[in-house]
Amino acid sequence: MAYTLKVNGQSKTVDVPADTPLLWVLREALDLQGTKFGCGAAQCGACTVHLNGVAIRSCVTPVVSANGKAVTTIEGLSPDGTHPCQIAWQDVDVPQCGYCQAGQIMSAAALLAKKPKPTDKDIDEALNGNLCRCGTYVRIRAAVHKAAELAAAGKPAGSPSGARLGGRE
Amino acid sequence: MKCTFGTSFPAPENLPAGAAGGIQQSSTGGSFAGLAAAVYAKRDDLKVSIENVSVDRRGFLGTAFAAGAWVLGANILSGNADAAASWQPSVYLGFEPNGTVVITAHRSEMGTGSRTSLPLVVAEELDVDWTKVRVEQAIGDKRYGSQNTDGSCSVRDFVDAMHQAGATARFMLERAAAQKWNVPAGEVTLTNGVVLHAASKRRATLGELVSVAATLPVPKREELRFKPPSEYRYIGKQVAIVDQHKIVTGAAIFGQDMRRPGMLYASIERPPVYDSRLRSSDDSETLKVKGVRQTVQIPGFKQPHMFQQTGGVAVLADSTWAAMQGRKKLKLDWELNPEHVSYSSPAYKQEIFGSVHKPGKVVRNRGNFDGAFAGVSRKLEADYYAPMLAHAPMEPPAAVAEYKDGKVEVWAPVQDPQSVQQTVGAALGVKPEDVTCNVTLLGGGFGRKSKPDFVAEAALLSKATGKPVKVVFSREDDIRNDFYHAVAAMHMKGGIDAAGKLDSLLFRSAFPPIASTFQAGAEYGLDLETGMGLNEVLFDVPHMRSENGPAKNHVRIGWLRAVCHNFHAFALHSFMDELAQLNGTNYVDFFLKSLGPDRHVDLTKDGTKAWNNDKSVDEFPLDTGRLRHVLEECAARSGYAKYTNGKGRGIGIAAHRSFLSYIATAVEVHVDAKGGVTIPNVWTVADIGKVVMPDRVRAQFEGAAVFGTSLAMMGEITAEAGRIVQSNFHNYPVARMKESPRKIDVKIVDSKERHAGAGEPGVPVMAPAIAAAIFAATGKRVRELPIKRTKLV
Ligand code: FES
Ligand code: FES
Repeated sequence: MAYTLKVNGQSKTVDVPADTPLLWVLREALDLQGTKFGCGAAQCGACTVHLNGVAIRSCVTPVVSANGKAVTTIEGLSPDGTHPCQIAWQDVDVPQCGYCQAGQIMSAAALLAKKPKPTDKDIDEALNGNLCRCGTYVRIRAAVHKAAELAAAGKPAGSPSGARLGGRE
Repeated sequence: MKCTFGTSFPAPENLPAGAAGGIQQSSTGGSFAGLAAAVYAKRDDLKVSIENVSVDRRGFLGTAFAAGAWVLGANILSGNADAAASWQPSVYLGFEPNGTVVITAHRSEMGTGSRTSLPLVVAEELDVDWTKVRVEQAIGDKRYGSQNTDGSCSVRDFVDAMHQAGATARFMLERAAAQKWNVPAGEVTLTNGVVLHAASKRRATLGELVSVAATLPVPKREELRFKPPSEYRYIGKQVAIVDQHKIVTGAAIFGQDMRRPGMLYASIERPPVYDSRLRSSDDSETLKVKGVRQTVQIPGFKQPHMFQQTGGVAVLADSTWAAMQGRKKLKLDWELNPEHVSYSSPAYKQEIFGSVHKPGKVVRNRGNFDGAFAGVSRKLEADYYAPMLAHAPMEPPAAVAEYKDGKVEVWAPVQDPQSVQQTVGAALGVKPEDVTCNVTLLGGGFGRKSKPDFVAEAALLSKATGKPVKVVFSREDDIRNDFYHAVAAMHMKGGIDAAGKLDSLLFRSAFPPIASTFQAGAEYGLDLETGMGLNEVLFDVPHMRSENGPAKNHVRIGWLRAVCHNFHAFALHSFMDELAQLNGTNYVDFFLKSLGPDRHVDLTKDGTKAWNNDKSVDEFPLDTGRLRHVLEECAARSGYAKYTNGKGRGIGIAAHRSFLSYIATAVEVHVDAKGGVTIPNVWTVADIGKVVMPDRVRAQFEGAAVFGTSLAMMGEITAEAGRIVQSNFHNYPVARMKESPRKIDVKIVDSKERHAGAGEPGVPVMAPAIAAAIFAATGKRVRELPIKRTKLV
């Protein structure tokens, strides 16, 4: 069966069984591997993408239910990696292994779109579904606040801010 | 070079021998050395040799360096004289004709930052712009020396080679410029990537000097000058990991992301019970699933199982989803191993407590425990228990293999690519050299990805199908086919003398050992297992005996972040907290009194020797002064002594030496009316010797606080009828944001001591500190992990 999705602004048609989760369509049919597989059961959040602007777990979202809708993945969050979350994540040096972070950033970006000035409690609620086995939660919370500040100040300015070395493209 | 685990096992013939190198230099340096020594700090603990790597010796480096590059190799020397003839550089440092500096990373990156920190040291000594350095991940090859990324040893074991490699290249580039300009070598300096002769104002870029530098003799160590720490631009500073931008934009490539043209995806149904065999299979329904191409039977392992594949039936398809769907339709009949099919966790718990309630194998003995314990009036006995655990790295294991004409190339997230070469070579019947192992980023490892059974599966399937094959573990596959952290029972007895100090201690522990992975049926721990927390106890206790009781394995046993320290530290420090209570003091006072005067503990007096992560006690003594210091400082930072315990609020603390580092952690808990636990604060003080990247060290301790919270509060794997009960994060929970410590204060002790370990030692202190805090808050003693099993109110 053919399905048409608007992925990161581009129209894509895929021919897969209706029950195929969006995760595998993105990763294997569309070669967008920034969205990760962690549990396949809506338990970890590694596969989080935006469907019509709402954060969803792509591992339990059949492609049929995404048909005709807009999907945003980490690759499409910003054209050049300068979404406030992406800047803030680097400013705070959040990632350890990095595997969970695309999902964390997608959840955080959806939160900020709804609540530009989230409280700690808002962050806890919005990100509790995103596991990080490396344990970067304290920095994730700090980075979400920082992203909110950057966004409010009209940044991002293009590259990670502050006195830090070694950020690379 | 020895690393913590790989070299300490009983060595079956087909495991790699410990890597070692040759001593290539001995004489002292020329006149320049005197000048250098006066200006620059001297590093006197180096045992490293550097050589030019000619083009004909670069084959295995692949495409890491452009044609015409000048390449230096830095080799770490071990004391192994037999291997002195072989030269095995751990780092390759290359200069391309355009001046680009390329540094190989021979260790695996799983989140600790070593892929950044080790090359960073080279760049520091070389004095080039770090942001322009290219880091190339090394393939598996024994010529690198140990690549076994475990035991918290990457910086500890390789930092000296990195310093020397950078300083050597800098020396040669300066010499090259001096030669070119015909000026005294001592007048030329390389700073921030530019070579300068100040007097004549001549300058050159590295690219202009590469062809000359490549012809120069490699200087002796004594001729080198090393930067004094006061001039460091990168070491000790805030530096981003090299993959950070890729990670936040979704461009970083992990094992799960590898693909090859024409590749098939495999999902494998494995035996439900340890060491069982397939009797028959019916794949007729499977083959009807759209996208499924074929099924392949994989043979099981032969004992000892080591890292071999477990066997089963693989479903190969055009997509991961199709392979998973097809697998659900397999009809398999297993011949279950009668010895293991009855394995059930509640019964096994009784069994290992039976083991520790009897005398075990003595691993340390001092004084006369039995006599002393009988003679004291204040004493305590207690049993502690910690369950099996799964690693559950965020990225489930995955591997891609491509077999062709007796050779195989693999791409996988592995902690030890050389053990991949051994394991895959043995599985396919090819030489290890015919296995090329490319190491991707690891989405977490924690010890699971030291065991390349999943890579052997991919290689076998590629050979069977004639196509590239990717094996994808689901989370269920991961949880049910792990090399588990052992379940453990501990039995403690302790007596307090009239002065309020620990007088006698019996510490007995039984756990199915890692030894069983390398020797079928082994029931006692290896030295590394008993060394981790059971006999390396630092108290000044006159009468002490440590014993290890037998325990049989019914699953594969492996090492998980901090290994046996986790359960041994839980028992020992919980028991110290209980004894302190009996003594009418607190943990800190009782601990410090029992620790005795500052000294280096000598276990040889007690009929044993410190395992000490395979390091000599001369290099890394068991230093009670450093342990005392971290505990005192942590108590002060956390306000431990002044905290008002009770009414659902409490603070607990623990101090422990592991991986050659000294850590104290205090934890504040709140327990609500329903018994729910939250952790508002954690304070850690870590003395891990010198530090390259303080922020990554802090990150390791922040992460360890969360990892330790998971294993203390909620982690538990159980077996029923030989099968693992848990399957995914709904029944094997790990700490989420709300359950994790909200604030984590990490203080790194400013130390001039040798670099020790950072990745693991933050974990073992967490469980005893949390348990002590819960007692302080509620009056409930928790002697069994996970804590969620105990009703707190
Ligand atoms: S992979 Fe979708 S929530 Fe875990
Ligand atoms: S950074 Fe490793 S799982 Fe989150």
